[in-house]
Amino acid sequence: MQNIDTTPQELSTGAKIVAAVVRIAVAIAIPLLAFGVLYAGFLFLRDSEAPKWLVVIVAVIWGVGGVALLYWVFNWLVEQLPDNWIAILQPFVFVGPALFILTWFLALPTIRSFWISLFDRAGPPDSFFSIFTDGMPASFVGLANYKAIFTERLMREAFRNNILWIVFGSTFSVIFGLIVAVLADRSRWERVAKSLVFLPMAISFVGAGVIWNFMYEVRPPNIPQIGLVNAIVVALGGEAHSWPAYTAISPWNNLFLIVIVIWLQVGFSMVLFSAALKGIPEELMEAGRIDGAKESQIFFRIMIPYIRGTIITVWTTIVIFTLKIFDVVWVMTGGQFGTEVIATQFYRQSFVARNPGYGSAIAIILLVAVIPVMIYNLRQFREQEAF
Amino acid sequence: MASVTYKNVYKRFGDVEVIKNMNLDIADKEFMVFVGPSGCGKSTNLRLLAGLEEISEGEIYIGDRVVNDVPPKDRDIAMVFQSYALYPHMSVYDNMAFGLKLRKTPKDEIDKRVKEAGEILGLANLLDRKPKALSGGQRQRVAVGRAIVRDPAVFLMDEPLSNLDAKLRVSARASISKLHRDLETTFIYVTHDQVEAMTMGDRIAVLEDGYLRQVDSPRNLYNLPANMFVAGFIGSPSMNFFDATLVGEEGNLYVDTGDFRMKVPEARRAPYEAYVGKQVIFGLRPEHIYQAEFAAPNIVPAPFEAMVEVVELLGHELHLYLNSGSKSFVATIDIRVQTHVGERMSLVGDMNNMHLFDKDTEEAIR
Repeated sequence: MQNIDTTPQELSTGAKIVAAVVRIAVAIAIPLLAFGVLYAGFLFLRDSEAPKWLVVIVAVIWGVGGVALLYWVFNWLVEQLPDNWIAILQPFVFVGPALFILTWFLALPTIRSFWISLFDRAGPPDSFFSIFTDGMPASFVGLANYKAIFTERLMREAFRNNILWIVFGSTFSVIFGLIVAVLADRSRWERVAKSLVFLPMAISFVGAGVIWNFMYEVRPPNIPQIGLVNAIVVALGGEAHSWPAYTAISPWNNLFLIVIVIWLQVGFSMVLFSAALKGIPEELMEAGRIDGAKESQIFFRIMIPYIRGTIITVWTTIVIFTLKIFDVVWVMTGGQFGTEVIATQFYRQSFVARNPGYGSAIAIILLVAVIPVMIYNLRQFREQEAF
Repeated sequence: MASVTYKNVYKRFGDVEVIKNMNLDIADKEFMVFVGPSGCGKSTNLRLLAGLEEISEGEIYIGDRVVNDVPPKDRDIAMVFQSYALYPHMSVYDNMAFGLKLRKTPKDEIDKRVKEAGEILGLANLLDRKPKALSGGQRQRVAVGRAIVRDPAVFLMDEPLSNLDAKLRVSARASISKLHRDLETTFIYVTHDQVEAMTMGDRIAVLEDGYLRQVDSPRNLYNLPANMFVAGFIGSPSMNFFDATLVGEEGNLYVDTGDFRMKVPEARRAPYEAYVGKQVIFGLRPEHIYQAEFAAPNIVPAPFEAMVEVVELLGHELHLYLNSGSKSFVATIDIRVQTHVGERMSLVGDMNNMHLFDKDTEEAIR
């Protein structure tokens, strides 16, 4: 924290230490006090017999007002200090609590997950410090869970499927989004078309799963097919299958699940692409036309490079999405028929098979896989701002 | 190298007619300037020629070929845009080479031409840069470079200097004029700035409201404006217009504005005889009005008086806003004149440079 230099003049080492301590103290004190105030308010309101609406109003004022007041008081306190100390401490009155809460809720659980992942299903000892007095418990397995992840059959299936998800899910979401954006841009029905494509975005993954269950609904051969997909397949002389569960085509039955996410995500990519395309100056295309470019060349050599940043952003965002995919698989197949993915494995191991150590290890692997994409994604965002 | 011809060209956007019966012959290797206030149709005319807009009626020829239905890429033109429209993802080199690459020009030919253009425009050491890393003046030169490597028959420029600061604009103006001499190609240049028009054009086409008002050399536009619009548009400050009556008395012809009366020189009388006794518009440029003591030699003086209302000293020029009684006007006076607001000043107008316009048609009486 010390390297954030807001000081107008050099501080002595002693002052630097004091500054760091006070900064951390401010960062921790504010949220702790805020939680205290909020908790006291919760207890007070819980035990009161006032009418519901009054409780709601008081709660809102108490919650928002209390936190605001807290910030205000701390800011006021800091402003009583000499000028250079205000510069040192004031940012931390506001940023500090956010950093602290972020650490508490994100960094600590991550570290804890990693800790748990080093143990078998019996889990880590109740107190971390007991390892110094009692030594490592028998449940400690080191990195064995990680070794298992890369050797176990279901996990390897999950990795394979996740790669399918990334490759097909993100690529087709980007391609279809781009096509819709370009076509809609030239159409009189732009708004209607875009709204229709965008609508699925409003549906939750679970909801989409339910909808697509109907799409893939299969009936015995002698009765009419009510599922749209099978109705079409049968009408064309094919054989009805419960497509996501059709293991004969494994691993390609995963595509029937991936389609669902593409259906959901095309709207997202279309909206971003549409905005980016509209941002291309008309004169740029005209210059291309005069330079001798055909419409296809203008598209691939001027428009696509121009919106390259957006394409990468959308693509990486969907890659992160598909890496973490869970709901659709869980609702449609529950991970059976060779459709297991990393996240379903994580859930199954942690909460069904009651092996939190193994589950945590999977979660850590998932995290490690997402982080580089995330960093790339963030960098793209930053670059676009600079553009 | 080619001539350009507009023949009865109309352009309509829906019900709005933005180009009305444009007829113009532009000679091969000519530097033609389209000038006029915003919305006059000058850019639209250029875009019609470039093929970026469709012609509603009439024909445009490049050389002897009707290009109405020829796509922009086959018209053998190059265009410099106001915003430069450089491809942001390409280096300066690639920006200039793009058009040649699309035309499948051999690689070493491209290289030769781009480097040549880079030399001419002083971009030789910037060829690897992206447009983002260039200054406004450099970008403008890249835009010009992109046009010249193509070696087109006609060069189109749509206000290429309007995004430059005033100082840079002056030097860029000169370098474009020089480029025209060196390339010996037809240039068509759109601007709203009459200084650019006057300094660069072989001929200037003045447009207003979709109509072509006059086409002529800069000198003739200034000396012999065909109508009140051109008279008022060319020259700064603008020409003064007075409502007047032509009066014939004792064998002489006078312009009578009500406030003052000026004698029409014998040499200029002939075309005006038909208007004797009629209402006309009398035009006199500010620079053709003198303070009586500082009148230039060789003028045909006509004395009158007016009250000084505003004094503007520009250093090399003194602009006076004067009132002759019922009408305000501007005069550019010798800077040695000492004056103050409220002074009644003796003036002379140079009747050799008088202009008379028909009150109804606003056309010059010749």
